[in-house]
Amino acid sequence: MTVLINKNSKVIIQGFTGKIGSFHAQEMIDYGTNLVGGVTPGKGGSKHLDRPVFNTVKEAVELTGADSSILFVPPQFAADSAMEAADAGIKTCVAITDGIPAHDMIKVKRYMKRYPKDEKMTLVGPNCAGIISPGKSLLGIMPGHIYKEGNVGVIGRSGTLGYESAAQMKALGIGISTSVGIGGDPINGSSFKDIMEKFEKDDETKVILMIGEIGGPQEAEAAQFAKENMSKPIVAYIAGLTAPKGRKMGHAGAIVTAYGEAASEKVEILEAAGVTVAKNPSVIGETVQKVLSKI
Amino acid sequence: MDIHEYQAKKILSDFSILIPKGGIAYSPEHAEYQARDIGGNKWVVKAQIHSGARGKAGGVIICESLEEVSEAANKLLGKTLVTHQTGPKGKVVQRIYVEEATNIKKEFYLGLVFDRSSECIMVVASSEGGMSVEDISKDKPETIIRAKIEASVGMQNFQAREIAFGLGLDAKSITRCADAIMGCSKAFSQHDATMVEINPLVLTADDHIVALDCKMSFDDNALFRIPEISELRDKSQEDPQETYASDRDLSYVGLEGNIGNIINGAGLAMASMDMIKLAGGEPANFLDVGGGATPEKIVKAFRLVSQDPNVKVILVNIFAGINRCDWIAEGIVKAVQEVDVKQPLVLRLAGTNFEKGQQILRDSNIKYVEATTLFDAAKKAVNAIEGEVA
Repeated sequence: MTVLINKNSKVIIQGFTGKIGSFHAQEMIDYGTNLVGGVTPGKGGSKHLDRPVFNTVKEAVELTGADSSILFVPPQFAADSAMEAADAGIKTCVAITDGIPAHDMIKVKRYMKRYPKDEKMTLVGPNCAGIISPGKSLLGIMPGHIYKEGNVGVIGRSGTLGYESAAQMKALGIGISTSVGIGGDPINGSSFKDIMEKFEKDDETKVILMIGEIGGPQEAEAAQFAKENMSKPIVAYIAGLTAPKGRKMGHAGAIVTAYGEAASEKVEILEAAGVTVAKNPSVIGETVQKVLSKI
Repeated sequence: MDIHEYQAKKILSDFSILIPKGGIAYSPEHAEYQARDIGGNKWVVKAQIHSGARGKAGGVIICESLEEVSEAANKLLGKTLVTHQTGPKGKVVQRIYVEEATNIKKEFYLGLVFDRSSECIMVVASSEGGMSVEDISKDKPETIIRAKIEASVGMQNFQAREIAFGLGLDAKSITRCADAIMGCSKAFSQHDATMVEINPLVLTADDHIVALDCKMSFDDNALFRIPEISELRDKSQEDPQETYASDRDLSYVGLEGNIGNIINGAGLAMASMDMIKLAGGEPANFLDVGGGATPEKIVKAFRLVSQDPNVKVILVNIFAGINRCDWIAEGIVKAVQEVDVKQPLVLRLAGTNFEKGQQILRDSNIKYVEATTLFDAAKKAVNAIEGEVA
């Protein structure tokens, strides 16, 4: 079992025929993802990368049985595409797009409230690297070869720091069950807590690694959730100990505006909740190794 | 993106919120003209910089004659004001706002921000206006009134009314105050704001509700659809290096140290900064060239970082995911040649096509120190500085 995606996931790409969509479509196909087609409004009926192109997600779902989608749609249209996926019955949707207005994301979240919990799509991102279940499926933009199959469930806001951690773990012979990039935006589809809950139920996942950063309440919320609900050990790293307060550090969501949002405060909150915190980014792999060895 | 007080007030007045009569001025003569045009016998001359707490920094001067207005303008224009929001470098006053003085009966605080936890717009109000919201929550937390606005539904009249009653206003001012709060909420939603703060919002001697000061920030991601806001951008209020970077789609924040950074991804960039500090060094900047950096962007990044006189060594840390190391390596070689980089270089590449990238760098004639891990890169950068200093 894996979380969110598996070998049988039927994937479509929204924004299939664009330059970026095409590039990553090929990467995903090469990794073994079951890519069944794509959506580009106005190009329905044609073929791209030997797969059918549809005008709407609904049509793609009806004709291919797709259950997962990934968005490479420009920021001004991305919120609309996410809602289209939710409405068409997609179960897991990854929004890669960076630069979606926060008001639009709030609208998406509000829109999705109309679905009962068991029918509600899981939206991951935006502004994220996507999801990979090593050896099974890639619904993202990460370099697949740095991920080894294994038992660590990874949740992270940063793409490249996620790669860094995966590479450190691989060098130590540690593998990953699923890695989920929740993205660097202030309003995101899934939080640390949301994904943690899924890993708790996943047999393959033994340890959870969360990679956080400055800004926002989600690390602290995850700490609270972990304390009350998680039986599996959690390792965390929080980037930005040296980041100045009140400045936006690259990610739209990486800005400290309140107590509990600075890296040092998040570290404190997580440690108080029983989470093992890696002291610096070069020992993320080692810290996971230590925790794994105690199980 | 931030805008000036007078621009924010113009937006408020578009939403039927009362503001004092005022005009912008670029010279003492202009200020005097504005004061005469406004009329009356008491004015406030206010420095327009992107910061709050201007009063404490001497940026607000009350004047009782046209001569005083002219003197105040003369004093403020060209002056650098330092507040806790500007950083130690401060910001230069290039324009001033002349306003009629307001007869104040009572001051309030009104702020609207995104609440990331509830994913709603949070309205914060207090009967203790004029103080910063941080001070209010520290000293007078019992005066704070909060209301959540569901962004897609918008603020409801009853919510605005509740706040107005909570502020202790009497019956004849309730509707006026509620209307002002509703107006703020509309301005927030319609212009993709991330923050609207009126401090103080005042009850005047003749029982009107007036916005005496206002700050607004907008979502950078939404600027494409709010041209009326994006044209208000004042680059003179930004750090020139940060402006240069943002115009080139690079995310840059200047810092105090001497190790220049070129990194892809915000998280990895913050992690690298943390690592530098741990290795005993100080980062000169945060620079994220984007997860999918192109060789062109690498060249631009080198141009930016190598020009900084504080930078004694440049650390490049790229973990290629969307992009490829060979591509990045070509960009680095090109950049070092084109930009004429003088500082020693520490390069760490990892990820897709790592071997090819390494080969390109080794085959080139650029001088650099090769680093393998994050720790190794930080340590070598710190060592390079020590070598430089010795």
